[in-house]
Amino acid sequence: MNLLHRWKVVHDSDDSVTERLRERLSNLRIRDVWEFFIERLIWLSGISIIVIVALIFLFLLREGSAAFLDIPLRQLFGRRWYPIEGIFGIWPLMVGSILVTAVAISIAIPLGLITAIYIGEIAPDWQRDLLKPIIEVLAGIPSIVLGFLGWIALAPLIQRLGAPTGLTIFTGSLILAYMSLPTIISISEDALYAVPKSFRDSALAIGATQWQTIWRVVLPAARSGLVIAIMLGIGRAIGETMAVMLVTGNAANIPDLNLGLIFQPARTMTATIAAEMGEVAQGSLHYSVLFGIGIILFVITFAINSIASRLVGVQEAGQRRKRG
Amino acid sequence: MHLSKYAMCSVLSLILLFTLSACVQPVDNTASEEAVEGRAIQNKGSDTLVNLALAWAEAYQSVQPDVSIAVTGGGSGTGIAALINGTVDIANASRSMKEEEIAGAQANGFDPVEIRVAIDALAVIVHPDNPVDQLTIQQLSDIYTRRIVNWNEVGGSDAPIVLLSRETNSGTHVYFLEQVVRQGDDENEDIFAPQTLLMPSSVGITSEIRRNPNAIGYDGLGYVTEHEKVLAIAKDGNSPYVLPTTETGADGSYPLSRFLFMYTAGEPEGSIAEYIDWIKGPEGQAIVAELGFVPLNEE
Amino acid sequence: MSRQQAQKVIVAIITAIAALVVIPTILVIAFIVIQGIGAISWEFLTAMPRNGMREGGIMPAILGTVLLTFGTFIACIPLAIGTAIYLAEYAGENRLTRWVRLAIVNLAGIPSIVYGLFGLGAFVLFLKLGTSILAGSLTLGIMTLPVVISTAEEAILAVPQRFRVVSLSLGATRWQTIRHQVLPHALPGILTGVILGLSRAAGETAPLLFTVAAFYLPDLPASWFDQTMALPYHLYVISTQVPDMPVSIQYGTALVLLLFVLSLTLVAAIVRTRMRRRREW
Repeated sequence: MNLLHRWKVVHDSDDSVTERLRERLSNLRIRDVWEFFIERLIWLSGISIIVIVALIFLFLLREGSAAFLDIPLRQLFGRRWYPIEGIFGIWPLMVGSILVTAVAISIAIPLGLITAIYIGEIAPDWQRDLLKPIIEVLAGIPSIVLGFLGWIALAPLIQRLGAPTGLTIFTGSLILAYMSLPTIISISEDALYAVPKSFRDSALAIGATQWQTIWRVVLPAARSGLVIAIMLGIGRAIGETMAVMLVTGNAANIPDLNLGLIFQPARTMTATIAAEMGEVAQGSLHYSVLFGIGIILFVITFAINSIASRLVGVQEAGQRRKRG
Repeated sequence: MHLSKYAMCSVLSLILLFTLSACVQPVDNTASEEAVEGRAIQNKGSDTLVNLALAWAEAYQSVQPDVSIAVTGGGSGTGIAALINGTVDIANASRSMKEEEIAGAQANGFDPVEIRVAIDALAVIVHPDNPVDQLTIQQLSDIYTRRIVNWNEVGGSDAPIVLLSRETNSGTHVYFLEQVVRQGDDENEDIFAPQTLLMPSSVGITSEIRRNPNAIGYDGLGYVTEHEKVLAIAKDGNSPYVLPTTETGADGSYPLSRFLFMYTAGEPEGSIAEYIDWIKGPEGQAIVAELGFVPLNEE
Repeated sequence: MSRQQAQKVIVAIITAIAALVVIPTILVIAFIVIQGIGAISWEFLTAMPRNGMREGGIMPAILGTVLLTFGTFIACIPLAIGTAIYLAEYAGENRLTRWVRLAIVNLAGIPSIVYGLFGLGAFVLFLKLGTSILAGSLTLGIMTLPVVISTAEEAILAVPQRFRVVSLSLGATRWQTIRHQVLPHALPGILTGVILGLSRAAGETAPLLFTVAAFYLPDLPASWFDQTMALPYHLYVISTQVPDMPVSIQYGTALVLLLFVLSLTLVAAIVRTRMRRRREW
């Protein structure tokens, strides 16, 4: 092709391009531009959630990394927490959180599962309509109000029952148990509801009692959902701050292993941050360690929630298979 | 199409961020040596001082109605940290600033000025039913390090000793650590036993003492009421046991009395200086006595 | 014991345990009401505190909570609704969507004190907003996102598909369909979620500790950059930091906070039931 020919071809195609562009522009209206803009904003909202979670972790890391870099790990996980003398052993705080959560969950799981069974399988409709709002009310009570009640009414009671002091792991766990109950109950309820009616009908048809049906058929079928309920309940308990701060005594102590274990005081990670953050000079090592504790809390709850999420996916796949 | 889609989104997000950052006004929360007209004097720190500070602030309203003072607690450490960070005008402290804190202030461009505003007798308190009346500082040190764990080791009944203390950000806590647990010895490295319950405030300690016959705690004299029993303290085995009162605090016969301070960033000026002078004057010191603390000696 | 008898016994036990959950809840509420109602008066709700906060009212704390709730609303709603619309209408079944959902679940699980730390690091310090209503609202707003997003998404998904199909077949664009057909019908459900989220935010203490709360302020806040008192923090302070605080005032403050939060929950429940009754499908 000679040059002239090529030039002509290019200019011909130029014309059609500008033609098409001119046509597009004349059809474009404000509404379309507006709509395009809105849809981009919506997409932006969607991904901003990911950005926010990342930002939270990054900020925690930014302020708290010094704790992990400047303090040898053996010291950081040491048995004594006494920050004003530079002793930053967070192990007693972790033990405190773990113990308070563990006892709370051991109270909340039986209470919660059984209540969910009651609401889902046994209670008549009028009771169900009454119970569900009450559980929602329980979920709505602010943690500081429960902590306040624990401090002013529950702790003295526990002391009168013979403990050296009423500010103990058990006091905190009792309050935490009730705070986690709504989470455990509602998710367990959903899990039980998701079990197909045919399962129950088949069991009853071959002569099982209602309880036998629940115990041997419904519960095993709802197992993964119940596990999720428990995990989210754990997450709720381990993250609570004000209620435990008021009633556990805040002693950074690894309790002695004896029968009175749960009636000794403790100090949780969350209460430590809340109680000490106000005093620290920004950028100091104490400041970084408190943020470091925040990082640990974030990682723990992230792990729990991600595993629970994964389990939801597995559960949904399983349900699809069951329905056939 | 993918590339331009993402490019478009990044451009849009950048524009959004830019507009947002332009809207945010950096607020000058930094305190100045002189309170700006119309802005409250920010007063923060020692929990021991907080009710005194509040009483002073309220009384000062009638003296100078156009100067208002915002009072917050949080502990001596909190107030000092805030002074270093530049977010308060006056820090209340029941202990002296530590060397690192002074260095931190100097790194931020100012020298902290320490002003004595009252004297506090630190009372050791137990439940009214507790038969124990007096302790030496050595015994207190052993109790708070768990070398002594039962009341019957110091003349009381057979009951476990429950240790109450303030949080580590409290000046009172630091004072107790230095003067009681370490018995005033700079070389002593003892610290509170880990079983010590760290209460959120002075009121937390008195509340627990009131309902727990096993507990022992310490509080500024101003916080002690007739619902708690005060122990007489002896410096050592040979000294007399002294109860904390306004007199024994003022004349030094009570071994655990200390100054209460207000710190400012540099020499106080303007309305802050006027306020502090009023506090040190007869009206301010009358309020000190009213609240159960010890007024400054005539200087 | 026959199977039938065992059945009866077990059901009785289950019922008793369920009661163990329900009765304390009612007792707690009743207890606070009984102990606190004595302190409630017009003065208590509208006056400034006096005499070291041992007398007078708690109005600044109430006002502070109202302001923070409003601020949370503004901080949270645009982003939450946008994300809910995205998830319900635009997102495909791809990796990005799964990450968004994972992020939401995780936001829901983050402890409130960690939100407080983030608020301190990001809003108070990094963006230099200082301890202010703005910093507090932004912190609470982010904390409330998961609740609002989940309920809003459910509400949007509940709108029947045929509404969208008919709209699109008449020539409307996707956004026009959402704007004029889907959103209006999803609005009551979205509103329920918003009010529920706000009721949770109003009761939180930990996020406020380092971002906005003040022990005692002589004046009411005048701008978004001021500190403020707030009901949850006020309850914490008067129950643990002030000597000789009358017990009735402590219970009274607890009662006011409880009523504020529960009335929001009640409004949300009412909106939800009325929506169910008036549903056009």
